[in-house]
Amino acid sequence: MANVLLSAKGIKIRFGGVIAADGIDLDVHEGENLAIIGPNGAGKTTFLNISTGYLRPQAGSVSFLGRDITAQLPRTITKLGIARAFQIPQLFLDQTVMENMLIAAASLRGHPSGLKALSSLPERPEMERLLDLVGVKEYAERKARELPEGQRKLIDIALALALKPKLLLMDEPTSGVASSEKFGIMDILITALAKEKVTSVFVEHDMDMVERYASRVAVWSMGKIQKVGTPAEVLADPKVREHVIGI
Amino acid sequence: MAGRFKPITMAAVVFFLVAAVAPLFVPSWATLFALILAKSIVVLGIILLLQAGQVSFGHAMFFVTGAYSAAFWGKYVGGGDIVLYLVLGAVSSTVFGLIVGLFVVRYREIFFGMLNLAFSMVLWSLLEKMFHYTNGADGIRVARPGLLGLAFTPETFQYVILYVSLLIAIAAFFGVQRYLDSPLGHMLRAIKSNETRLEYLGTSARRVLLVGYVISAFLGGIGGTLVAIIQQIATPEFGYWTKSGEFVFIAILGGGAHAFGAFAGAAMFEVVRFYAAAQLANAWQLILGVVLIVIILYAPNGLIGLRQRDNRSKEGGH
Amino acid sequence: MNSTLATLAVLDGISYAALVFLVSVGLSLIFGVLRVVNVAHGSFYAFGAYLAATFSLAVAPLSPWLTYPALVAASIVIGVVCGGLIERFLLRPLYGRDDVLQLLITFAAFMIMDNLQRLIWGVQPIFANEPLKLLPNISVFGVNYTSYQVLLLPCVALLTLIGLRYFLRRTLAGAVIMAVTEDREAATAIGIDAKRVYFVTFIIGASFAALGGALALPTTSLVPGMGADMIVLSFAVAATAGLGQIEGTAVTALMIGLARAFIIYTQPEFEVLVPYLLMVLVLLVRPFGLFGATQLRKI
Repeated sequence: MANVLLSAKGIKIRFGGVIAADGIDLDVHEGENLAIIGPNGAGKTTFLNISTGYLRPQAGSVSFLGRDITAQLPRTITKLGIARAFQIPQLFLDQTVMENMLIAAASLRGHPSGLKALSSLPERPEMERLLDLVGVKEYAERKARELPEGQRKLIDIALALALKPKLLLMDEPTSGVASSEKFGIMDILITALAKEKVTSVFVEHDMDMVERYASRVAVWSMGKIQKVGTPAEVLADPKVREHVIGI
Repeated sequence: MAGRFKPITMAAVVFFLVAAVAPLFVPSWATLFALILAKSIVVLGIILLLQAGQVSFGHAMFFVTGAYSAAFWGKYVGGGDIVLYLVLGAVSSTVFGLIVGLFVVRYREIFFGMLNLAFSMVLWSLLEKMFHYTNGADGIRVARPGLLGLAFTPETFQYVILYVSLLIAIAAFFGVQRYLDSPLGHMLRAIKSNETRLEYLGTSARRVLLVGYVISAFLGGIGGTLVAIIQQIATPEFGYWTKSGEFVFIAILGGGAHAFGAFAGAAMFEVVRFYAAAQLANAWQLILGVVLIVIILYAPNGLIGLRQRDNRSKEGGH
Repeated sequence: MNSTLATLAVLDGISYAALVFLVSVGLSLIFGVLRVVNVAHGSFYAFGAYLAATFSLAVAPLSPWLTYPALVAASIVIGVVCGGLIERFLLRPLYGRDDVLQLLITFAAFMIMDNLQRLIWGVQPIFANEPLKLLPNISVFGVNYTSYQVLLLPCVALLTLIGLRYFLRRTLAGAVIMAVTEDREAATAIGIDAKRVYFVTFIIGASFAALGGALALPTTSLVPGMGADMIVLSFAVAATAGLGQIEGTAVTALMIGLARAFIIYTQPEFEVLVPYLLMVLVLLVRPFGLFGATQLRKI
């Protein structure tokens, strides 16, 4: 079995009366593409928030490469090699797409300069390549604010890739992207992840996407993991079909 | 976007040339321009913080720190030189900025503004109340200093301080421009649009803001030292919150999106005050208020934004 | 410090806290609902005081008792006219735009009002203490004090606190305001007119500030600059309590009022420092104020 990259043990959190995580145990293995599915409000995004330090669990722990990262700050966790793409794209809207990417590059490099121009960073060609990979290279000089939601989602993913992560967490990576383009983009993305040896976890609603791209699926339900298995196993489970997929 | 800023840089160069030459023909302008330049330097600092979406209602604390460093030296040590005063003002305000900054960069928006205000009011009341050391509200006179050992007559001195101010202002203008173009400067702007993402890129927004804050305190101190030398006095009023408000006003008037906004705003402000304030002394503040409202409602990018009104703000918030 | 001085300090502190509470709670209410920090708030306080003086001086010759309704009338006029105009014509065009702009436009309103105040009422101090003289003095632990300050003011503050709580938690109009505060989009979706709620809330908040000023009139002389001082002080109180925290504002006002009074009797020169030091200290330990809570953004 491959190395365990991310490991969550006994995660619990509640918001007022809502239990968003009720004893979550999950290991993410190196090299896999793990899909998280489940109904709205099951706690999928909460799991990503806890894994990246945005929320602090009330009980339980998260470790990454054997190191405890529970309640560390998002930036500390990012530096260890976990990058995140968001459900609502999180961009620097007043800056151009390329500037967004170069800020990511400068962050990765550390000790950002206050004198040299951002545009002269040597990572520029690499950032262009990443924008090209997700299909938004033509918008590199446009302000992020001017672009539609679908393009912003893709830039959001490119920003995460710019960090050269070991693990990439994606929250509904292709929601908001035109359905005719979804598969094309995911094909490229999953291939690129494999090539650059990036492990991924993605929250997804579209079962076709899960079937096609996930190597393993975890089913969330009311703050608990209901089932984990290969896409075929999970999608064949009648309980999952009824509660999650709604067939 | 670089192309868009070029005319503004040109405008800045023209402005600096006018500031250098015009007072040679109209002597009373020497002090006027020196004041404009000194205040612009302070306002550059406000503009830096505006990039991060933060408004400091207490920035006069660094201005007054710069002013009193010169005043205290004159009062307790005696003698003095423009260069020495500037170094003292720069060092004291930078150190003070670092100390205050370590606290305030943890806060945003109104909390940032109010904490700055609170710190500045503490300093102001100390200057006002510790009469024994500070002469209280009367302030401390700053005797006309020399420059690198040379002494000047009052007539020459007004030109000396004008050109010193001009040199520093030019350096500050290009320095700030360069900083805003750099990764750190872009990160500062990123704090305004999406601090969460910045943290998720592995960068500490607080550190980025701290660097900006300290630079801005440094600029405030330099400006304060210059104004104290130009007006030959430092009073607690230099550090009162209405002074901080005035700097913010000038930044908004000129336009917070570009470094030249500081100069455009300060020039407009001081020129109007120089010529109109005497006649309109009773209604001066009222006029400023109306101007500010008109700018905010109809030209939110300030004077330098009048040419290209971008409509991004219409799209709504975040 | 002997017990007489201590009693005096406590009484001073309470009466001062009552006034500060009225102003701060208005500021806090406006922030809670509109998410705007109203820099002109101190000007409402000053205008309330000055207009109350004008009204009082006009009616006092008829009957000194008429000065009481004059105080209330002045605060309502200021709240409705100044508050209404500022919300309608300055703040409303800016909703949904950069928060900085809303802050700055109220700053502009402050500059204008501060100047108008000098033009209308001049710079000479104004006294009008009829209401204070009408009520008898009372003795508290051997200390003689005006019942206006030690009974009436705290009662008004307490009634305001209870009334506001009742209004927000028990009435339909209050429920509407709370709904807009908690989730503007959802409230708008169920048919609540958020603009009207903002308008009404701003007027209520402004009226409280003006009432604070009007009630302060009998206890102090009106001078230019009183508005500016009060803005900063009420900011300090509201922020220390946690913006939008109504009960917290009462507790904090009392704390700051008492601390200030004791300092006045021991180290008078550091009086102005008290609210700022307290605010800095509290915010350093609790960034969202004593009673405030953090809010996470949805990502």
